[in-house]
Amino acid sequence: MATATVPTRRGGILRRPTATTGFWSWFTTIDHKKIGILYGVTAFTFFIVGGLEALIIRAQLARPDQTLVNAAQYNQIFTMHGLTMIFLFVMPMSAAFFNYLIPLMIGARDVAFPRLNAFSYWVFLMGGLFLYSSWFLGGAPNGGWFGYAPNSTTDPTPGMTFYALGLLITGIASSAGAINLAVTIVNMRAPGMTLFRMPVFVWMGLVVQFLLAFSLPIITVALFEMLFDRRWDTAFFDPTRGGDPILWQHLFWLFGHPEVYILILPAFGIFSEVLPVFSRKPLFGYQFVVFSGIAIGFIGFGVWVHHMYAAGLGPVANTAFGISTAIIAIPTGVKIFNWMATMQGGDLHFDTPMLYSVGGVAMFVIGGLSGVTHSVVPSDYQQTDTYYVVAHFHYVLFGGAVFGLFAGMYYWWPKVFGFRLGEGLGKLQFWLMIIGFNLTFGPMHILGLEGMIRREYTYPAALGLAFWNEVASAGAFLIAISVLVFIINAVRARVRHRPLETDDPWDARTLEWTTSCPPPAYNFETIPVVHTLDEFWHRKYAEDKEGRLVRVPAGASDDAPAPAAGHAIHMPSPSFWPLVAALGLPTLAYGAMYSWWIVGLGALIVVVAFTGWALEPGTAE
Amino acid sequence: MRKRLWWVLGLLALTVLLSACSGYKPQNTFDPAGQPAQEQKNLLVPVLWIAAGVFVIVEGGILLISIRYRHRKGRERIPKQIHGNTRLEIGWTIAPALILAVIMVPTVSMIWQLAAVPANAMHVTVQGYQWWWGFQYTDEDMRTAFGDHGPITVADVLVVPAGREVELSLASEGGGAHTTDGIPDHMVIHSFWAPRLFGKQDVVPGRTNHITFSTDQPGVYWGQCAEFCGLQHGRMRFRIAVLDAQRWDAWVKNEKLPGVTPTDTLAKEGMNLFLNGVSSGGQCIACHAVGGTAASATAAPNLTHFAARTHECFAGCDFETFLPDGSPNYAALTAWLQDPNAVKLGAKMPDYDLTPHEIDALMAYLYSLT
Repeated sequence: MATATVPTRRGGILRRPTATTGFWSWFTTIDHKKIGILYGVTAFTFFIVGGLEALIIRAQLARPDQTLVNAAQYNQIFTMHGLTMIFLFVMPMSAAFFNYLIPLMIGARDVAFPRLNAFSYWVFLMGGLFLYSSWFLGGAPNGGWFGYAPNSTTDPTPGMTFYALGLLITGIASSAGAINLAVTIVNMRAPGMTLFRMPVFVWMGLVVQFLLAFSLPIITVALFEMLFDRRWDTAFFDPTRGGDPILWQHLFWLFGHPEVYILILPAFGIFSEVLPVFSRKPLFGYQFVVFSGIAIGFIGFGVWVHHMYAAGLGPVANTAFGISTAIIAIPTGVKIFNWMATMQGGDLHFDTPMLYSVGGVAMFVIGGLSGVTHSVVPSDYQQTDTYYVVAHFHYVLFGGAVFGLFAGMYYWWPKVFGFRLGEGLGKLQFWLMIIGFNLTFGPMHILGLEGMIRREYTYPAALGLAFWNEVASAGAFLIAISVLVFIINAVRARVRHRPLETDDPWDARTLEWTTSCPPPAYNFETIPVVHTLDEFWHRKYAEDKEGRLVRVPAGASDDAPAPAAGHAIHMPSPSFWPLVAALGLPTLAYGAMYSWWIVGLGALIVVVAFTGWALEPGTAE
Repeated sequence: MRKRLWWVLGLLALTVLLSACSGYKPQNTFDPAGQPAQEQKNLLVPVLWIAAGVFVIVEGGILLISIRYRHRKGRERIPKQIHGNTRLEIGWTIAPALILAVIMVPTVSMIWQLAAVPANAMHVTVQGYQWWWGFQYTDEDMRTAFGDHGPITVADVLVVPAGREVELSLASEGGGAHTTDGIPDHMVIHSFWAPRLFGKQDVVPGRTNHITFSTDQPGVYWGQCAEFCGLQHGRMRFRIAVLDAQRWDAWVKNEKLPGVTPTDTLAKEGMNLFLNGVSSGGQCIACHAVGGTAASATAAPNLTHFAARTHECFAGCDFETFLPDGSPNYAALTAWLQDPNAVKLGAKMPDYDLTPHEIDALMAYLYSLT
């Protein structure tokens, strides 16, 4: 049997930790699977927190003229809700899936830079904790996730300084992760896995990493300018001293719109994996789906002004960006039709992952259609900044992205933990979710068209908006119950711990299911050799001349040779340094707010950590 | 039995929907009362119908496929393995492209149409403050008859004549009393929006955006700031009073006059407090103006005709100036003068520790300013 053994070498500052099990091993792990789990657990925790913020919002808006929270509290809560759901839930939850699955799906033993991977996670966690520490240090960010200057740069509370610094920290995490995963996908594929034999999920992962790598530098510039405006009295966005508030909007949305695709493409990848498995058919038009994903990635950089139609950029800009916004609907629509064609004629097994995928596609269609109305610029002057837009992006990002993430959780849960989530509770959870979701966000279309603006902490009864707000609030609590059922399901499945009958519980198609559940630290005893798209499926089934499936007798395939007994697999050792280095970043950030001495301390931590990192022996002693 | 239950449920749902949709909604974009709101609705409605058609086809397709091809227990079936169909895929790429092209033609033409400025419009400068709106009538024939003959200036309620094009110039102003080194503090982005009359345009510091609108229907239309502008963004409202020709002429005539000098004793006392300071040392005229007096500051709403009937609401249109029977709304104004921050957190108007008598006197003065 293969084992992970490690040769020894002397040198370095600290001894390299060796433990790969137990509580403390989680702090030093550089195993992409454990890091994936850390990402997932942390992101889900932030999802709960962001969800509680949403419940406060819906409780406040349930009736007109409520005073559950005041204006100052409300502005912090809606800002933190947005920041949490985008930067601390959907992005890191996608990172969790990418981290865990990409090496397994491409037949690799780990990511290209395992310590950098751990660093990404710890930096993300530090960024999240730094942002949330603002609640105890003078007030949370209160200028919206979009942080429009000069409101954000002149606000007297420290919240938006936390915003600038916190997003800079999480941005470092995402940049490092993006480079790491892109390099992994490009360089570490198993023999025979050409780019066009990669699962669509990996393709979407690759597109997302490039989107991150090209869009994060833009927001970084903007955040530094905001930080300097706030802390050191520069005037990037101050028109009385030659600055321009519109500059912030360009920089923010030039990042912000690709960001939307960073949030949704992972879910597209998940749909594209789940639908074929549960339809027992290959993805219809694999190349079309892949190329449309790439097209979305490119066009996604060319539509940012549709967030700014009302800013007064003039008819030329509005015409150009109205047209580009219409164009991006095309590659998105293509995917929908391809998914439908995948299901058409299949043998559809509606297990929970399938329910969430079909439900997710159905909800995304609604968000896509309301998105098309945003390209109708003159009427968008009416809808922009109203609840119509809130409805739109929740259909896209909740109905699309979050449903996709739930589909992924149910689908890969047995892979990650070795046991399934309960099907009965899973189905209950799905139906509660889709009903609650539509009750919450469906009425917001109407509210927006009836003149309810975004980001208002209360509204007078005379506007006649009470009824649909009450419905929306009731729906929000239904969503909360659904999430509660999910948690119960996860806990119950863990307590029962019914081992899987097979390592391939869904009769799946891709390489991650060729190894055990959960996989060993080294993923594959023998690196698989890939001959085709959906490699694992074709090892199990052959197609006859009419395209009918014929099961290959067990053992008849020579694609998975028996493992050679007793050979050693070299895996990198755990390390303290990613965590230590990550601790330096919030220290630097607090320093930027309070004292140059703390900046010095933070810089020291970072320098020491990276030195230790560089000098660390290759493996444990 | 089951069929009847569905009927009952359906009727119940319909009743709920109808009751929810009925009733006057003062910011309903689907109830336009002027241009360009009417054209904006006319542009959107066909697009929504197209979207509804696509919705039915796609969602219906998903539903049908899900039902038709669902796995049935005990009936093992291995589906035909279809990998794609290029012709079909090109087809469903071109089809949405064609639909979108059709939508974009009227869209683009209206973008340019809305950007055009009419020749003989009335000009008003809209000033966005934290968190209320001011309006200045900049046309030559709208100069006041007092002082240095500045433009008619009002707050909270924009008054316009029916049947005339109005061109608004949007300007962001500072946050009132809080200034540093003469530079207005908290000059932020707002967005001006009266849903039944026109879609929104942002009010951006350092830029001047424009809205042109008109309506033939006299009445009062609601609007509010639509771009997040800080603490009280949710309560930065305004109204637009559209007057017929006769009332408009009377309004203009009245607005050109200076503020009334009251004859009533209490109101006189209020005027004295207003112009010369209250017992705590607070100065109303540090921020407010009343035409024809020494009060001429521009950091807060101009109060020259505070009690004019068109001035329906004050302090960001948060409070009604008059009760439904037309009498002064003393309760709301008392609460506001007592402690502005208690009724509107973050309001820039300071709490001057006014005595109840001072409040009564100031209210008497303000309500004399017709």
